[in-house]
Order: sequence, then structure tokens, then C-alpha cells
Amino acid sequence: MKVIASLPRFLAGPSRASVSWLFLWCMASWLMPWYKVTPGITEAWFSSALGHSLAGRLWLLPLALAPCLLLLAQWRQWSWSARTSTGVFFAVAAWLIVQASLIGLHGTSPSMGAVFPLSTEGQTGLGWGGFISIIAMLGWLSEALADRGFCKGDRFASATIVFIVALLGLFVFFPIVKLSLMAFRSPDGLWSIAPFIERLTAQDLWRINCITAAPGRCGVVINSVTLGVLAATLSTLIGLGLALLVARTGFRFKRTLRAIAILPIITPPFVVGVALIVLFGRTGLVTTSIADWFGIVPTRWLYGMPGILMAQVLAFTPVTFLVLLGALEAINPSLEEASNTLGARPLTTFRKVTFPLLRPGLAAAFLLAFIESLSDFGNPLVLGGGFEVLSTKIFFAVVGARYDLGNAAALSLVLLVLTLTAFWLQARWVGRRSYITVTGRSDSGLAPALPKSIAWLTYGSVSLFILFTLGVYVIVMIGGFVNDIGRWDMTPTVRHLGTAFSVEWQQGSLQFYGSAWNSLKTTLLVSAIAAPLTTAIGILTAWLVARQNFMGKRQFEFGTMLSFAILGTVVGVYYVAAFNVPPVDITGTMAILIICFMFRNMPVGMRAGVAALAQIDRSMEEASQTLGATGARTFRQIVLPLVKPALFTAMVYSFVTAMTAVSAVIFLVSARHNMATAYIMGRVENGEYALAITYSTVLMIVMIICITAMSLIIGKRQLGRRKTEQPPVASHAAALP
Amino acid sequence: MKKLISVASLTAAMSALSISASQASADELVLYCSVDENWCRVMSEAFQRETGINVLMTRRSSGETYAQIRAESGQPRGDVWWGGTGDPHLQAAQEGLTARYESPRLGELQDWAVRQAEASDYRTVGIYAGGLGYGYNTRLVRGDAPACWSDLLDERFRDDVQVANPNSSGTAYTMLATLVQLFGEDKAFDFMRELNANISQYTQSGSAPIRAAATGETAVGIVFMHDAVAQAVQGAPIATVAPCEGTGYEIGSMSLIDGGPNPDNAKIWYDWALSAEAQALAVQANSFQVPSNSGAPTPPEAPRLEDVKLIDYDFERYGSSEVRTRLLQRWDREIGSL
Repeated sequence: MKVIASLPRFLAGPSRASVSWLFLWCMASWLMPWYKVTPGITEAWFSSALGHSLAGRLWLLPLALAPCLLLLAQWRQWSWSARTSTGVFFAVAAWLIVQASLIGLHGTSPSMGAVFPLSTEGQTGLGWGGFISIIAMLGWLSEALADRGFCKGDRFASATIVFIVALLGLFVFFPIVKLSLMAFRSPDGLWSIAPFIERLTAQDLWRINCITAAPGRCGVVINSVTLGVLAATLSTLIGLGLALLVARTGFRFKRTLRAIAILPIITPPFVVGVALIVLFGRTGLVTTSIADWFGIVPTRWLYGMPGILMAQVLAFTPVTFLVLLGALEAINPSLEEASNTLGARPLTTFRKVTFPLLRPGLAAAFLLAFIESLSDFGNPLVLGGGFEVLSTKIFFAVVGARYDLGNAAALSLVLLVLTLTAFWLQARWVGRRSYITVTGRSDSGLAPALPKSIAWLTYGSVSLFILFTLGVYVIVMIGGFVNDIGRWDMTPTVRHLGTAFSVEWQQGSLQFYGSAWNSLKTTLLVSAIAAPLTTAIGILTAWLVARQNFMGKRQFEFGTMLSFAILGTVVGVYYVAAFNVPPVDITGTMAILIICFMFRNMPVGMRAGVAALAQIDRSMEEASQTLGATGARTFRQIVLPLVKPALFTAMVYSFVTAMTAVSAVIFLVSARHNMATAYIMGRVENGEYALAITYSTVLMIVMIICITAMSLIIGKRQLGRRKTEQPPVASHAAALP
Repeated sequence: MKKLISVASLTAAMSALSISASQASADELVLYCSVDENWCRVMSEAFQRETGINVLMTRRSSGETYAQIRAESGQPRGDVWWGGTGDPHLQAAQEGLTARYESPRLGELQDWAVRQAEASDYRTVGIYAGGLGYGYNTRLVRGDAPACWSDLLDERFRDDVQVANPNSSGTAYTMLATLVQLFGEDKAFDFMRELNANISQYTQSGSAPIRAAATGETAVGIVFMHDAVAQAVQGAPIATVAPCEGTGYEIGSMSLIDGGPNPDNAKIWYDWALSAEAQALAVQANSFQVPSNSGAPTPPEAPRLEDVKLIDYDFERYGSSEVRTRLLQRWDREIGSL
């Protein structure tokens, strides 16, 4: 009786979090189905880990008993040290991994079979019970770590780290290690370092023939890097111009400008390429008219670097614009005001105050554009001609005439190293200086107007960009509603819309007949689920990296950067291979699409978050914690509202990329879960440009609606800034007698 | 917040699972389709109507599908791989990724289709054939119509011919192998080196050259003839040429994936897809390949293989990985690096 009476006190006691994790773990392994597909008919009624072990799958017994043992130990306050229970925990966790790797879908090794007879039947992927057990185990681990002083005992931080590390390990590290190993495999199946070196030093990677006078083209790495640097530089500059125009001038069409600048972000791949061909191709509108006016022979100058560069600058400028706008708005104008008051000329103020404060923003924008350029696949495919870049080269190494996974893996590693190098350079350039401009102190100055020279530069570059964007989108808008824009057959028609999105009213219900409906629905659903999850994991990671000090932080940061590797096309193949078999058997489901997007886009959310946090004074969070708020509460009530712009950027970005990404998706889609871009790519491959354009237009409209909804939900960050110039002189004067 | 996280992760896990739970039900067929999407659709719908079996179709190019089947070999998710050029099908057969099956309809098929089956120990079979050739834009090409491979070396096509890169495209590899079989290896490379002067780009995708020709971006695109015909039927000013020296061809194939979730339905599809009625559906989808069932009508627009001088293409030799690797490496060295 006394034992039972102590239960409530125990459950509500100081270790209640850890107890509830153990309880959840217990429930999951005793009551929920352990497997995705329960083997055997007799166990259908009792398919938990415990049930299976009673039915003879004895290897599951430790997994079912451990939580109860730990729970009991904690409750009865057995004289175990914390060390012993941690030991038990790790033993069980290790066993969980070992049994999963040894007992596969189709059975196991003879020695395993001798110990556990039933294991020869094999086991399927994990089900609810399995996954929830693992979640509960991680939860318990994070509590145990926090109790030992990890993260200064901050449970929220500790839990965040444990879960993110586990997710990264499973969905980033594991497939990438598998992938990297392939680079060491020779075509005849032997493992050694030689094929790896041979692949990395191949002529067609590093040749610089296009710079020297030697005949032939440049290597694919040289091409990719040149393209990336050019695209990133141009789009960062134009993005800066747009941001300055919106944040720092009396420009009258700010809203329109914002709207136009957003268009390219939400454009599905291939469409811009197709529109550029229609405008600037050899038979394009602009090319032929210029040729007519000046009597030049029209050429195919578009194909190759110039075309890809144009398409990429158009596509990435809006991203850099958003990042830089966030950074500009966060700069405390009082600094600039002070500089002006001290007599600096506007240009000096811009150069010495504004620009240095923008460094993290500029670096983040450049990095983003560079990485996007490296991983861009759609534009090089349509506009590349003979110009090879890494992303297409990797793709065709896998799907081309010579199936060469080893080469694809080696090229993916090159891509990853390039990305990490860019990242490292960015970190060096930003340096360790402080960029804090959002502090707890209220009222700040009013942002000064742009210096004249900069303003003119801005107007110039921006108007060119806007003109260009409008041209492309006019083509896109028309393209979907004429017979064939590629051949200038301009008879108006809605036939393409009908093919993709026809609906019929039949027997009192709406029937969706169009060929694109299914993929549209899946795409929307996947993106809608992926976006908040990506944002959450990105911002949480940013917060950990920027604000927490914990053991292994550097390794953690490096680990998060590995998810850049997911950009590569070949990762899709590895996701399929890694998650097609137990224990995590999710190929062909929607989950694998969501997960792929989550980790592909996580770095962007993280970068946006880090840049935003770099501008925010820690003292506000410290104040919150001094006043007794927990880590979780501080995060929710202080940090989140202050990083709203970053939150919005991350959310929009991950939503849009999920709707428009191509590369990895090609291998992850299935009949039930097809994605819009896979559909569009099929159309473009077949030369049905009009249908591709129509679908893209519909997608863009859908995205505009969704983004508007998101901005309403997230809301604006309210900083205590003056909106208009206060007349300090006048008020002083009035105060004087 | 912790509660929130745990709830969120729980829901995520559960939604993942509830989605995945509904797999492999009774009357289904998972079809990997590697021809044009319209054709894939027409076929799946017709099969569904006829048999009541629900077809779950995914369209990918043949290279993509091959990579997919390899990646999924631990637990195959597809039942049938229908369509796409023969080489990757033969490769999959060699690696045991596809299952052995002798259809009762083999007797109705053309010789080349049966030879494909025999070469692979009945792990794949021919379903259509398409000759290699080129298409030219009739508005851009003035004067005599080109008719031969050698006509492409003409001065007037300077920088105006496109073909895919054989490393990335099966179509272009077929051209490489065809020329080697037609002229002998060294002569073929001489020819391609000369042709290189007229080639503006080696595109990545195999059908890109004819798209470029259709919109006037290039004058000539070297592709499979049925792709050129499809463009012409859609209204593009494209004329199709079957080269006078003779030319090679592809055999579009079909294979059963070994260990797929619905093996019985897969065989029903296999037999059905070889029937004359099923093969006659291609025209509805603007596809003009030559069907493998001798009873199926060849579409009037299709380039009739009887009228084309076809070489005796050695699929086994030129599909083998040594010959392929050697030819591609030579191409890289002598032509690709120019």
C-alpha cells in the first residue's frame, strides 16, 4: 500500500520528465506494434516488442524489459548509481542497432540463427512501437545528460541537441558515409584508394583549357566554381541593390518591387530556361530583332555559361534580397545617425558603418547563392548545351550510358568539399567581430537616406533586373495559353490547362481528371509538412550553435554542414538504398520525401537563424533566464519573436524549394507520391514546353497564396524603432524659456 | 516546449507510418515506365480497364529506372519495367535484377524481339523497335535534302548539327556503336571527328537535339527517327531522314523485376503488353515506334523498318560493359576533349 501511495509523489517528483520518457518507452515496447508489417498471424493481436519476444523473437526481449527495469529502479530508488542505469541504457541502445543490422529482411547469418531460431525468418522495418521507443530513449538520454550538467543543465538545449544529432546521424551521416565509400570501389568491385585518386584527378574535372590557348573545354569543377562565383556575386549585388531600395529610399513602388522580386523564387525549374530560350535563343524574340536591326547573324550565344548565369542570377537574386533586407532592417539606425551627427558624409557613413554591419548578411547571401548555383540542376540541363557542371555530370554518371556510381560518389564528394570550403571562407570573412544591433534598449535613430552615388547605382541595376524579370514572366504567362510558344505558334488556347487540370462534375461530386492533379496534391502536402519541420530544425540548430556552449559543439556544427551534401543528385539514389530495407524502411512513402527536404533545406534555415541571432544582444535572453524562465520559455518568448524575419525566410525557402526541387527527388518519387517537378521534367524532356509552363504557372499561383498565408501567420517583428523623424530641436526649443 | 517537440516528433513518425502502412494490397501492379508519359498513361489505363488491376505507374527515363531498380534491390518495389532502350534492360538481366519469364506470346513476335529475349536468357523481351536517324528543320535547310550520314559533313551545316553526349545518353551511344559497326572503328572515329566541326553542342539529354531542331535552335538533330516523327506530328517543321548508308536501331524492352511485390499481376501485364491490341495503343499517344508483335499494325507515320537499310546491330557485343567503356573512353579522348 505504501508503495502505491508513493507513486504520485514519484511521478510528480523532480525527475518527472525522465520518468515520463521511461513510461513512454515502456508503453511503446509493450503495447504498440513493433514492426511495420507484423510477421505471423498468431501475433497479430499482440504485436509489441514484448509480444514478439514472448512468441519466440527473443532478441527483442532486452528492448522490452530495459525501460521497465530502469523505471522500477528509479521508482524504488534502488541503490544503483546513475552510472549503472546509463550503462544499461547504452547496452540496450547498442543491442538495438546490432540486432537491426544483423537480422535483415530475408534472415540472418547462421550464427545468429543458431542463437535465435526465429531470426532466420528475418524482420521487417520498424513500426510505431519501434520508432516511439527510440524517441523515448533519446528523450531519456537527454534528461540524463542534462542531469550530469551537459549544457549547464539546460534540459531544453540538451534535448534539442540529442534529437538533432540522432536525426542528422540517421538521415545525413549514414547515407553520406555509404555514398562516400562507393568512391573507393573500382568498376570490378574491388575496394582500394586507387580508383578514388584516379576519379579525383581525372582530366575532365580540372582541365583549364578554356583559359589557356590549348584546344578543348574546361574541366567540370572549374566550370562549376566559375559559374558559382559569378552567379553569387551578381545576385548578391543586385539583391543588395533591391534591399537598399526597399529599406533605405523613398522609392514609391516598394510593394510592387517586393512582389516582382519574389516571382523567381517560386518559379519551378526549367521554366526560366525555356523562357530564356524563347527570348534569347537563336530564333528568340530579342535575338532575331537585334539581328534584324543591326544585320548580325543570330547565334546560339545563350547556350552554356551565359544562359545558365542569366537564369541563375534571376533565380537567386530574390533569395539574397530577402536575406539582405532582413539584415538591413535589423541594423540599428542610431549608429548611422551617430556617424552623420559626427559629420561624416553619407558615402563615408555607408562605407564605414552600414557596409561593415552588413557583412554577415552579405556573406550569408553570397554563400546561399553560391551553394544554390552549385546544386542547380534544371537550368544547366535546359541551357547548358555542351557546358558541363558538377550537378549534371553527377546525374548522368548515374543515369547515363555508363552506370558509374563510383564516379558519381567521387564527384559528390568534390561538390561537398567545394561547399564546405565556401562555408569556411565565409566564416573567415565575417570574422569574430560583433554585429549586434538589436539590443534591449529602446528607441533608436532613423535610418539615413542612401548616398546619392549608391542610390543611382541601385536604381540602375535594379531597373535592369526588373525589366529582365518582367520579360521572362510575360513569356511564362503567355506561354501556357498559346499553342506552342517555342515555335511562336501564338494561337490562344486553354488546351494545356485542360490536359493538366481538367475537372468534371459527375454524379454530384467533382472528379479530377487532369494528369497533373495527383502530383499537385502530393507536392502541396509534402511541402506543407516539410516547411515547418525544416524551419524548426534549422532555427533550433542555429540557436544551439549561436547561443549554447556544449561539449562537441564544433563537431556538431560540422555535422550540420554535411547536409549540404544532400544537394547532390546522387543522394537520391543513396536515400533509396539506405532506407529501402529494415530497420528504417520508408522508401516509396511520403516520409522519405519530407525527410529529404528537411535535411536538404535545413542549412538555409540555420544560416538565416545564425545571421539573425548574430545581430541580437544576448543580454535579453540572459535577463529572461535571470528572471527564472526556463531555456524553452526563453527560446519561445524572447528568441523566436526576435528572429521572425529569419523564421519567415526559412519557412518560405523550405516550402518553395520543396515545391520546386528536382535533383534528389527523381529517385524518391513513387506512383502514389509523385512530385510536380518530376512531372514537369518529364514534359520538358518530351518537348512539351507549353504544358510544363502551364503547370508551372498554376504552381506559382498556389505558392503565392501559401506564402501570403505564411506571412500572415508568422507576422512581423516589432522593433522599437521610430517611424518618422522626431523634431528633437523643436522640442528642445520649446522647453527653453 | 519539450512536450511540443515530443508531440511533433510523434505525429511526424506516426504520419510517416500510417502513410507507409497502406502498401502492397491485393489487386495492384507497380509499373516502372520508361517511354513518353502519355504512352505510359494510355497503357496503364487500358490495362486497368481490361483486367481491373490497379496500375501504379511511375515514369522515369531508362537510365533512371535502372539506377532505381538497382538501389531498391534489397526490397524491390516495382513489378514490371516497361519500355526504354534495350541496353539497360540487358544490363539488369545480366545482374539478375530481373526475373526469367517465357511468355506464351513469344511466338507472335518479330525475330528481333525474340532475339532480345534469347540474348538475355528470357529476362527481357523486345516490345518495339526504333531506327536511328536524324531530323532537320525544313525552314532552315535550303537546297538538296540531306539523305545520308555523309551529308551531315556538308559545309552548309557548319555549327548547325546537334547530338547528345554518348556518355550521358543511350541514343548517342547507339549512334557511336552504329557508326563503328557501319564503317569500322577507325573510320567511324574519323567520321565523327569531321562531324565534330559541324556540331554545335553535345547535349546531355538524348532527345534534346530534335527539340532544338523543332524550335529552330539548330538545323539538324541526330535522334531516333520516331522522336523526329513525333515532333513533326505535333506540327513542327521537321523532316525525318533514314541515312542511306544504313543505320542502327534500338529495341525497346520489357522486364519483370525479380522479387517484386505482385509477381502474378506482373505476368498478366507482360502477356498483355505483348499482344497486338496493346501494342496498337501507341499511336493514340503520339508514339511511332515499330511494334514487336507481328499482328500489330505499324502506324502509317512511323518510319517503316522494311524501307530502312538496317545494319545487323550486335546488341550483345556493343551492350557489354568492356566494349562500351572502351568506345566511350576513346570518344572522350579523341572527340569529347576537342
